[in-house]
Amino acid sequence: MTSAPQSVFEGSVRLQENNKEIESVQASIEEILNQFNYGDTAMFAIRLSIEEAMMNGFRHGNLQDPTKFVEIRWRIDSQSANFHVIDEGEGFDPEAVPDPTLDENLEIPSGRGLMLIRAYMTDARYHNPGNHLEMNFRKGKSL
Amino acid sequence: MGTEISRIRVTDLSGVMRVEFVDKDILDESAIRQIASELVKRVEAAAAPRIVISFRGVEHLSSAALGTLITINSLAKKRGGQLRLSDIKPSIMEVFTITKLNKLFQIFETLEKAVEGFGGK
Repeated sequence: MTSAPQSVFEGSVRLQENNKEIESVQASIEEILNQFNYGDTAMFAIRLSIEEAMMNGFRHGNLQDPTKFVEIRWRIDSQSANFHVIDEGEGFDPEAVPDPTLDENLEIPSGRGLMLIRAYMTDARYHNPGNHLEMNFRKGKSL
Repeated sequence: MGTEISRIRVTDLSGVMRVEFVDKDILDESAIRQIASELVKRVEAAAAPRIVISFRGVEHLSSAALGTLITINSLAKKRGGQLRLSDIKPSIMEVFTITKLNKLFQIFETLEKAVEGFGGK
């Protein structure tokens, strides 16, 4: 008996900072994306966005408290990939992050993660109180 | 820790410090911190440091890595030197363009061209 190929993949994992497991999460997600033929550009965009979102959660959300977790959830089908990244911090106002692309801010070494996520994903938004980022990639998205 | 394996290869030739990455992904924050501290140490030890960082073989780059490049760039300038970047593949170049950091950095096609401009060979 042959079963129909799986049409949706869902999963979640909670990680602490310094946990190298993020690499295996990235690898599992890439495998799913491959199965649905997302292509190199999409994989680059999604890998970078997950990395930036997790990093923001650990650094700015959990303030590098090693006992706190960042949770990532994913739901991926043939057309779109949806991610939730939730930290244990108090949240923040994403509008308050200064625009790093302004000439006067170009030499500030931080504050670019969220802008990369916004550029590479189809959409990205924070749920109140700002410790929960939801981001989507729809196939066919180009920069 | 002093026993950590370096994530970069550094060659000093004709007064130009050439830096290449060991890994294809410059994403892991602890690795980036290690790279940053090694580079800062080297730049601070040099008078008017001339540095070329080559991205040959690099596939992914995070904003934390961009932050390190900005820090090194500022430090090199402050000490009367200069940082140049080279061998950036198109997908990575896009990261520089989105963040407009292509305006901040001096970017060359190849390491050789970047070194040439410095007067080294």
